[in-house]
Amino acid sequence: MAIRRGRGVAAINYPTGMNLGGDPTQALVHSTPTGNFMVTLSSVDLGQGMKQIMAQICAETIGVPTDRVIIDTADTDTGPHCMGTFASRGTHRAGNAVIQAAKEARQVMLEVAAEELEVNASDLETDGQGNILVKGAPQKSISIFDVALSAHFKRGRSISGRGMFLIPRSYPEKETGAMKPSTCYAHACTVAEVEVDDETGEVTVLSVKNVFEIGRALNPKMVEQQLVGGSWMGISHALYETTEPYYPNRDHGGTDFNQYLMPGPGDLAETEIIVLERPSADGPFGAKGPGEMCANPQIPAVANAVFDAVGVRIDTLPITPERILRALKAQAAG
Amino acid sequence: MELRKDYFADVRKDGLHEIGQPRPRLDSPGHVTGKTAYFADRILPGMLHLKMVRSPHHHARIRSIDTSEAEKHPGVVKVLTAKDVPHNVYTILILIQIGPEDETVLADGKVRWKGEAVAAVLAETERAAQEAAAKVKVDYEVLPAVFDMEEALKPGAPLVNEYHGQNYYLYDSGECRKVRFGDVDAGFAEADHILEQTYQSSPIEHAPTETTGCVVAPEGNDRFTCYTNTQAMFFTLDNASIILQMPGSKLHFVGGTVGGGFGGKVDVIVEPIAILAAKLTGRPVSFIYSREEEMQISSPRAAEKVVIKDGVMKDGRIVARKVTGYTDAGAYSRHSPYGAQKGAAHYPGPYTIPNVWIDTYCVYTNRTPSSAMRGFGVTIGDFALEVQMDKLARLIGMDPLEFRFINAYRDGDMKAHRQPTEGAALIECMQEASRAANWPVADKYMAMSSYRKGA
Repeated sequence: MAIRRGRGVAAINYPTGMNLGGDPTQALVHSTPTGNFMVTLSSVDLGQGMKQIMAQICAETIGVPTDRVIIDTADTDTGPHCMGTFASRGTHRAGNAVIQAAKEARQVMLEVAAEELEVNASDLETDGQGNILVKGAPQKSISIFDVALSAHFKRGRSISGRGMFLIPRSYPEKETGAMKPSTCYAHACTVAEVEVDDETGEVTVLSVKNVFEIGRALNPKMVEQQLVGGSWMGISHALYETTEPYYPNRDHGGTDFNQYLMPGPGDLAETEIIVLERPSADGPFGAKGPGEMCANPQIPAVANAVFDAVGVRIDTLPITPERILRALKAQAAG
Repeated sequence: MELRKDYFADVRKDGLHEIGQPRPRLDSPGHVTGKTAYFADRILPGMLHLKMVRSPHHHARIRSIDTSEAEKHPGVVKVLTAKDVPHNVYTILILIQIGPEDETVLADGKVRWKGEAVAAVLAETERAAQEAAAKVKVDYEVLPAVFDMEEALKPGAPLVNEYHGQNYYLYDSGECRKVRFGDVDAGFAEADHILEQTYQSSPIEHAPTETTGCVVAPEGNDRFTCYTNTQAMFFTLDNASIILQMPGSKLHFVGGTVGGGFGGKVDVIVEPIAILAAKLTGRPVSFIYSREEEMQISSPRAAEKVVIKDGVMKDGRIVARKVTGYTDAGAYSRHSPYGAQKGAAHYPGPYTIPNVWIDTYCVYTNRTPSSAMRGFGVTIGDFALEVQMDKLARLIGMDPLEFRFINAYRDGDMKAHRQPTEGAALIECMQEASRAANWPVADKYMAMSSYRKGA
């Protein structure tokens, strides 16, 4: 009896947005009298940070710092339609809608600034700090604060915009299955290293090295939180979780966190995250949806590592000590 | 985390002001100091609590329901049954024309899974509602149940759901969603090795910090405000509108701050019945799942069975792949027909294979309906595909990582569902993993690229 070490690899891809498309999202953007920007949506923040990302996307597009953007979301009396937050679609779909709305608002903002500065709007640019400058002559400038005041109280202009993003729905061909499931795919490759105790069947995941290609890390810190959380969830799916431990038998289902097994902090592996960015053709600043795919490659990587360690295949999830011991017993029996 | 900017630098514009910046989240101070408001923080004057009477049987006919004792229980205001629900038989994806309506808000004549909602008790306190729920007398005639997908698909199996008429979802393509590409039989005929393996998973819980729920307030003007942690505001509002036969203009949904979803909050379960209860009592209503309900009543990730048959050459090329996928929907559709179909679109994985045959089935059994969960339609498929890839590599005596390079899709490659590959990056992920994990592969693989000239 011994502790045996093994490692396994898995590589995957994952579509962004609802399968076959047909999932619209809208956004509205308007300026307050002092040049702050309100983004109105009905998208839901599940805790992953959707509001923050929409604020950064709007800020980048308008040309102001992120803290001048306010996100008003998920009130159906005010927010225009969003299909919902699922299918790795939030950043991609809502982000594109916010860009379109923000561009329209920016255009009005530049037109008002052009009137104030007596130049053409096409000769203006933003400095990202809240100012509008004449290209090539940055000493000639006006603050967005002053432009918004002028728009409201002097020029009678609404600095606002509408945004809508829709991938038209694809219908699978009945006989061949020809279809367009998605417009862009995120990618990942994970290497997991495990130790398996061949006496108890217990698996310890020593390390998980994940490489994720996600189009564009719009906010690297938030990407990290989502990818690390996803990686842990993958380990949890591989080794611990089910509501029906003896499926298809319905008995012995957990009803609380004492019975429903999940890894605790001490069970989590050393986790490495490496991010590559191949911008997607239709993503906001090239972003794809990493929300779902980041929890997938760890499952087969761990399964393959268990085989590498003890030479038995567990093809049924979760890979419990009981299943490993039964497989080792069957292997020993010949 | 490490951002490797050297990959794909030629197609990316860096140096933006806000994008790519690790700005601190605007909402995190509220989250970590407990000041963020969630739906359940709405404690409204006169608020009633809703508790469900649930089926103790996997499959049974309901002969009668007697609510009289429950109604007399101190603190009970009302008990709702199927006859109170205006449009009781519904399905959520009807909004995108995926029918038929196959599920009841409150059981009508039959229950099809253990835990199915039969009657809703409204009381002044949670405790009174729970106690009264135990006093609702339901006379059941227990029916044979089926739990195993293979058994369910056999002739003569107990019929789970009469609205379907058979124990599988009927697509326009027939009993399964199909993908046919190349000639899979010819591929197997030319293969040096054939490997057929079966993979299986069990249902999995989303385990969000915050359980599913809502608080509904009648606004006194014929409108109802529903504070909810749904993942999809208008999807829920529009389904509630259908179930309640109430114009959408009467409904106001407020949400957007959720303590974890993972797909568990895209079913429309708590909102319609809570709005109905608020309408019929004229009082605010709270309906929040207990942890036990969240784990055994709310939809889990579907159990799946995946059978993969591959034909592979000694040089590492996969020349044929046949996948048969089974998704255990439980008793009702919810999002499972969509999930099974997403599987058909995902197989054969990120590999270029000339001959592919895919069938994905959505199967009904007498268990908790499964539905959306992070990656559903793909997650379990990827487990099966990537374990199969490991087995194939070992079968032909090849390094598992190198084996994947040989088959990896690249720009311009035609996928089985007849879309050319665009924006591939699998090869680069594997190259970086090779470096990071100190798992060396031959130089020719490190020199590969997802780009193709002219693609």
